[in-house]
Amino acid sequence: MGLAPNLGANHDRRRWRAGVQRPEAMRLGWVIVLVLVVDSSTPAVTAALVEVTASGVRTRAHRCTVDARAHGELLAPQVDAVLADVAARPADLHAIVAGVGPGPFTGLRVGLVTAATMSQVLDIPAYAVCSLDAIGHPAAAGEPVLAASDARRREIYWAVYDGAGQRLVGPEVGAPAVAAERARALAATAAVGDGAHRYAEALGLPLRPEPRYPNATALATLAAERIRAGAPGDPLTPLYLRRPDAVAATARKPVLP
Amino acid sequence: MADEPLILGIETSCDETGVGVVRGHTLLADALASSVDQHARFGGVVPEVASRAHLEAIVPTMQRALSEARVTLADIDAIAVTAGPGLAGALLVGVAAAKGYAVAAEKPVYGVNHLAAHVAVDTLEHGPLPEPAIALLVSGGHSSLLLVDDLARGVTPLGATIDDAAGEAFDKVARLLGLPFPGGPYIDREARAGDPAAIAFPRGLTAAKDLVAHRHDFSFSGLKTAVARWVEARQRAGEPVPVADVAASFQEAVCDVLVNKALDACRGQGVQTLVIGGGVAANSRLRAMAEQRAARHGIRVRVPRPGLCTDNGAMVAALGAHLVASGVAPSRLDLPADSAMPLTTVSV
Ligand SMILES: [Zn+2]
Repeated sequence: MGLAPNLGANHDRRRWRAGVQRPEAMRLGWVIVLVLVVDSSTPAVTAALVEVTASGVRTRAHRCTVDARAHGELLAPQVDAVLADVAARPADLHAIVAGVGPGPFTGLRVGLVTAATMSQVLDIPAYAVCSLDAIGHPAAAGEPVLAASDARRREIYWAVYDGAGQRLVGPEVGAPAVAAERARALAATAAVGDGAHRYAEALGLPLRPEPRYPNATALATLAAERIRAGAPGDPLTPLYLRRPDAVAATARKPVLP
Repeated sequence: MADEPLILGIETSCDETGVGVVRGHTLLADALASSVDQHARFGGVVPEVASRAHLEAIVPTMQRALSEARVTLADIDAIAVTAGPGLAGALLVGVAAAKGYAVAAEKPVYGVNHLAAHVAVDTLEHGPLPEPAIALLVSGGHSSLLLVDDLARGVTPLGATIDDAAGEAFDKVARLLGLPFPGGPYIDREARAGDPAAIAFPRGLTAAKDLVAHRHDFSFSGLKTAVARWVEARQRAGEPVPVADVAASFQEAVCDVLVNKALDACRGQGVQTLVIGGGVAANSRLRAMAEQRAARHGIRVRVPRPGLCTDNGAMVAALGAHLVASGVAPSRLDLPADSAMPLTTVSV
């Protein structure tokens, strides 16, 4: 006994057409498959539907709301909305791609638990992509770049990418000055991402305006090979990079006042 | 009955990841994963540790619940989830999970009140709850007296602790006595060998003057301090601490106040049914004392078995089933987790 994938009867009532084939056609090598992308590692809450074909990735529907305090409220309605945008049902999904951070813990978990639970119900693979890669990879244009998101407490989550968008160092969490020093040592000529904008002065590197937050198309692109190969899903392990503040309120308090 | 609603319940408000399945008043599955061991060395629940554990546990716990109940998510009529009160980050994992399941399986979701779920779980053992009833909810996070006039739409808070929760007092006294966390079960065990009348510990908010403003409220801070001073005095005098007697006397003081105040609320409201829930309701002395004293007043006490008193998914499913059966509309998909959800809100 286990979870039945939500196919069967629903399949007959599929609303999503647009030339999309069933998952099994994938193995015949001529398909387009529908993939859900989610990321909640930054103040931007993102849900997107992308088509992955043999040669590319195309975004069909996209919702992104920047609100650091409402990840839990925003994500599920956005997933619902992108499905409605292309008249698709959850059962039409072939795979899920999730940004696994690094990011502030509470918000980050919303995207991961959404991806994990939907993957379980639909019996489809979920693939993990480092959220910073979805900033640094699309931003790298021939020269190394520092990608950063806000880690609060005057720190950033950061990584450095080479000119082709491959990650050289990171992801790490720390002071902007330390990240900038490492980035310069790796010949980075620019910084990108919301964290770079917030700490532009401390970083002292020219800014690239886009992407400011993890890019949905980039997330899908970075998982596309795994999707095409029908690779088994990844464990969606969050990149917390910090230990919990594990001093319980009651831990040190003496019983007597 | 096959036409009763088949409901899945998800609970993540503290350190237990629970997924339960019920059909009407029938419990089909109650799967639980606990992070309690990870908190033990801190002497209390660490919110971030609990949240991380929920994320890891939710999918396998769901899998176990569905296997145990021999159903699939496609069979489920609705998903209920604790939306509050509780630890904000921990609640958020459960609420996001419920939404993920709801969206993927195209099912309605109900965000429900954790305390109302502690009351509803009793219907799984004793059938529909006669209304109105008085509910005494006692755990590490809450100590409340409620008037349950309509469990589907709203309950009336009568009183609550003004300082420590009852379960918190058990934890702190256990620590004083060198017993492990969580303290409730260890105090209960030690107390069996002790004399409950050995030490006269104070009964908070029971004096005539306190009853004016705090008739239905509790206070356990003074009791905890009294136990600490008593134990400390012994230690300073170089005398051994009679752990069993201290445990039994402390437990007697807590139960005495809880039971008397709950029965007083029943008499005051003219109610014949008392439901007790929450982790402290697993305490053997509380159960026995409530039965005994209630019988004298012709009041019927309903306490679910200990496994259903502590936090679990079945209680959330039980409340969900009651809401569906009562025709309450489901929540919107943007429902928030509310760490301070008021008792007057049963579902959002
Ligand atoms: Zn509880």
